[in-house]
Amino acid sequence: MTPIKLTTPLADADVEKLRIGQQVLISGVIYTGRDAAHKRMVDLIKEGKENELPFNPKGQIIYYVGPSPTKPGKVVGSCGPTTSYRMDPYAPELHKLGLKASIGKGKRSPEVIDAMKKYKAVYFAAIGGAAALIAKSIKSAKVIAYPDLGAEAVHEFVVEDFPMVVVNDTLGGDLYQEGMRIYAVK
Amino acid sequence: MCMESNYNLGEDVIRAIKKGFETEASNTGKEILQIILKNAEIAREEQAPMCQDTGFTVVFLELGQDVHIEGGDLYEAISAGVAKGYTEGYLRKSIVSHPLDRKNTGDNTPPVIYTTIVPGENLKIVVCPKGGGAENMSAVKMLKPADGVEGVKDFVLEVAKNAGPNPCPPVIIGVGIGGTMEKAALIAKEALLREVGEKSKDPAMAAVEEELLEKINNMGMGPQGLGGRTYALAVHINTYPAHIASLPVAVNINCHAARHQEVIL
Repeated sequence: MTPIKLTTPLADADVEKLRIGQQVLISGVIYTGRDAAHKRMVDLIKEGKENELPFNPKGQIIYYVGPSPTKPGKVVGSCGPTTSYRMDPYAPELHKLGLKASIGKGKRSPEVIDAMKKYKAVYFAAIGGAAALIAKSIKSAKVIAYPDLGAEAVHEFVVEDFPMVVVNDTLGGDLYQEGMRIYAVK
Repeated sequence: MCMESNYNLGEDVIRAIKKGFETEASNTGKEILQIILKNAEIAREEQAPMCQDTGFTVVFLELGQDVHIEGGDLYEAISAGVAKGYTEGYLRKSIVSHPLDRKNTGDNTPPVIYTTIVPGENLKIVVCPKGGGAENMSAVKMLKPADGVEGVKDFVLEVAKNAGPNPCPPVIIGVGIGGTMEKAALIAKEALLREVGEKSKDPAMAAVEEELLEKINNMGMGPQGLGGRTYALAVHINTYPAHIASLPVAVNINCHAARHQEVIL
């Protein structure tokens, strides 16, 4: 299967054509955030201070990751996905503001899957634990907000052909359920 | 030891992943297993952490009863070693000082240390960095003795199914049966230190390990939970005597970055 190439920012049409199981290579700017950064961002949204967010979510992708420290001479440390369900309480708020995709690993809640259908967004899985390899598709990295959070700070990454798989699409499909259905031994 | 264990994936894990690759039914699953092997190669060559989550540093000490330690506090020395390894090795600092206040300690300390006193005059140190994603999918349940081995199997299968893609499969599943609540959890974790795929010395438990491995893989979750037949590389069971009223069972899951490093002084 030839992977689909996408460049950020994404329009509704870019994500609407994606289907579960498709391999995608992402290029362009993406943003990082884990539990602590999400809490701060969603608190700002609830207070009506959307203009103070570290980045405008419209058309963007957020990557759930806390990289290991950068070795001298490298762009970034190892940076594979963290488990996504911890961001489930926050994700719908960001999709509402136009966030087009999140990248992580593991199952999403029905609420997040509904929000992705409603606001036209998708969820990608990167390969959990393939952190040294994933670092190679990151061409530049800088912290743009919350440096006090250390590894959990919000980074801006410029990526080139970052590989991932579509797990949830805008139709509500779920590759985790579908994959299991196909390969289960009855 | 912290650096070594995070940069170099054990040969036993690599062998098990290669074996999984040969039998994996899903093409995506095969590709994923290949990528994981490639990742281990890159980590080893570049001496970079194989996973960004360089773990809670779990340390198992076997202290010979004839050993006399001089010059300070052994636990403080281990803690200082962890701080040095994680700082100098560019490993992620993932520990917060209080589970509710959640302020990062900045050097990955404190470690979790378990000590056993054994005959002899050696000190064995096993360092086992444990990732949060797989640890979060672990569980303990206090079964009734009447639930028996079927109850144990059902619980292990339930924990694996609930975990699904979250703990970065292919995983290794450590099971502790018996003891008290915390003892079951501890022997489940110790089961993860066994060479991947090494069977229990108890033939009855070895048969249960094999049955559970087959049943778990037949659920079809596969590598990364994206469909396939290589969800678990091994199931390791440890047992301990139990109270007449109790049948505790603990399931501790380890991701494919199953790291441990051992030294004997």
